[in-house]
Amino acid sequence: MALKTEEMVLNMGPQHPSTHGVLRLELKLEGEIINDVIPHIGYLHRCFEKHAEAMTYPQVIPYTDRLDYLASMYNEFGYALAIERLMGIEVPERVEYIRVIMGEFQRIASHLVALGTYGADIGAFTPFLFCFRDRERILHLFEITCGARLLYNYIWIGGLSHDLHPDFIRKSKEFIKDFRPNLKELNELLTYNQIFIDRTANVGILPAETAINYGISGPSLRGSGVKWDIRRNDPYSIYDKFDFEIPVGTGEKGTAGDCWDRYYVRIREMEESLKIIEQAIEQIPQGDVSSAIPRRVKPPAGQIYSRVETPRGELGYFIISDGSVNPQRVKVRAPSFVNLEVIGELCKGHMVADVIAILGSIDIVLGEIDR
Amino acid sequence: MIYDWLFRLTGSETAAAIIQSLLPLFLFILPFALFAVLLERKVSAHMQDRLGPMRVGYHGILQTVADIIKLVQKEDIVAKDNDRLFFDLSPVIVFTGSYAAFAVIPFSGIFLGSNIDLGLIYIVAVTGLVVAGILMGGWASNNKYSLLGAMRAAAQIISYEIPTLLIILVVIMVSGTLNLYTLSEWQTSYFWNWLILGGPVFGIEKLLFIPLMMMSALIIFTSTLAEVNRTPFDIPEAESELVSGYHTEYSGMKFAMFFLAEYANMFAVAAIVSALFFGGFQSPFGYLGDLFNLPWLIPIEQFFWFTVKGIFFVFVQMWLRWTLPRFRVDQLMTFCWKYLIPFAFVILIIVGLITVLV
Repeated sequence: MALKTEEMVLNMGPQHPSTHGVLRLELKLEGEIINDVIPHIGYLHRCFEKHAEAMTYPQVIPYTDRLDYLASMYNEFGYALAIERLMGIEVPERVEYIRVIMGEFQRIASHLVALGTYGADIGAFTPFLFCFRDRERILHLFEITCGARLLYNYIWIGGLSHDLHPDFIRKSKEFIKDFRPNLKELNELLTYNQIFIDRTANVGILPAETAINYGISGPSLRGSGVKWDIRRNDPYSIYDKFDFEIPVGTGEKGTAGDCWDRYYVRIREMEESLKIIEQAIEQIPQGDVSSAIPRRVKPPAGQIYSRVETPRGELGYFIISDGSVNPQRVKVRAPSFVNLEVIGELCKGHMVADVIAILGSIDIVLGEIDR
Repeated sequence: MIYDWLFRLTGSETAAAIIQSLLPLFLFILPFALFAVLLERKVSAHMQDRLGPMRVGYHGILQTVADIIKLVQKEDIVAKDNDRLFFDLSPVIVFTGSYAAFAVIPFSGIFLGSNIDLGLIYIVAVTGLVVAGILMGGWASNNKYSLLGAMRAAAQIISYEIPTLLIILVVIMVSGTLNLYTLSEWQTSYFWNWLILGGPVFGIEKLLFIPLMMMSALIIFTSTLAEVNRTPFDIPEAESELVSGYHTEYSGMKFAMFFLAEYANMFAVAAIVSALFFGGFQSPFGYLGDLFNLPWLIPIEQFFWFTVKGIFFVFVQMWLRWTLPRFRVDQLMTFCWKYLIPFAFVILIIVGLITVLV
């Protein structure tokens, strides 16, 4: 007599501590082994794209903050860049430098959240708080500059809302000096911990070819060993002036493209961001940050696709202008949305605990997926 | 002992037995749980550059009292499709399992619930009851996460009982007793008589025992850690995967029972480790009572030393919890079956040979 067996369907989320927001994963399980993963999205949908059509161009900026709420600076950066290219605005040198500094600080802050929560997902809670302690200082830098800690509305079309605070440069230098030892501590505590390596190495292997076929970008792509970074491959702003490496996954602890590689690429990217900030702080010129802000933003009819490298990958804005003050269409190519698609492929045959590890290593933000 | 004293006081065997069985709860487990929860929060906070609870009382020392009051007031939520009988029974069984273990834990020469000769076997047997309670809770909750947690817990606790038992066998072979009180008495006077340093034997035997006993102590500490579901073996609870595992559906006092059982268990296993390998209630360097000729002071000192050792191992458990990530369920099994059990067997055989030949 054969026992009757059946697949167990487990709903992970939308209320679950490790789905990084309101994501629902439908897991089809055989015991603890995953047969299939189906992500269900849309719990955070806010009609950003439709909403943008009813706004004037500058009014859209606060809404872009809410896409990837862990990297708001970069969302504004990408949007402002797209409109500037559409209108042909030349931005003052100082503004470019400040944007790069802010963008790289934002990259560090965002990676800190990603790495800290990843540690918490794996079960190590202490690194999470260490990461948030350091992120707090970056948020303080943003706060003294523009008054907001999360949603800044700082980078405007053609300029910035405020110049740097007089203390900004000094405090940034102090932060960089303190942050390097902290990063070393994080490596000792988590990165090279044997249990952590056992949990992440050889788990969720994403081969380079699959990654490219799915259109993955950002650290998740570089973890697979593909040297693709828009800051280098399609330079925008003044990124061609700085000297920095593009870290890629090498399979140091397991196979190239596993969770550990994706994790470690982020650690090394933070070091590179520190280098960029140091160079930018050295070279920053004096000047006015609001001189190029247009009084009336009315781009000529036409369309543009402009992309930037956010902490999560390629953020693209496709904007169609009909010559009025409102955009006719704003389409966002969100990196998290594209990166999430691969999860079914990665999870097959792994265990429930690995779904958490894989999802965390892709580092998604639901605000950006659902828009 | 304490029972005879109560018997003389009350004049009734039943009353004496009831009072005696309640003593550890009110004298030790509840105060200890209150203290340990606060300790855990403070320890984790200071490890993480925070302060922890600071509002209730001086530096938050009354925080856990406030928490208990909150838990008592909470509504007891039972979902419609829960299996009511098992759902209600589960926390009681889990708590009973860990509470019953306290009966034979020798706090001192006098403060000892029951001086039975099968103490070690008894502890292993009654703590096995916890598995039944956890399985019941996970099943009756009618929740897939709870079920997964309960299944993980059952597999884990049963697997890790094997290395624990093998090491207990080693101790039995060396000491020749199953009685925890005798075992503590056996490791008497100074710390070099503790079993971790070879026990009160002399010559070549002691030298041979020292490395083996250190390994044994490490194995039993690791496997008891897994039996009480503490990090890095907390996969049945696994907050970030299974929400809270088998106690996801519990609230109010029933949750508090699980919570209390967890902390009682932490101390119970710490007590077993210290009774087996660290001299139990024996002081590492003689007694003040002997020095000043005050015999009544000795049990108090013994109680002090036992509690200090127990709390030290509880602290180590917390320390590990806030440092290490969590294993995956298959790695956990591999660790037990492929490393701990073979090592424990090898130690068992070598110690057996030494006791026979030397």
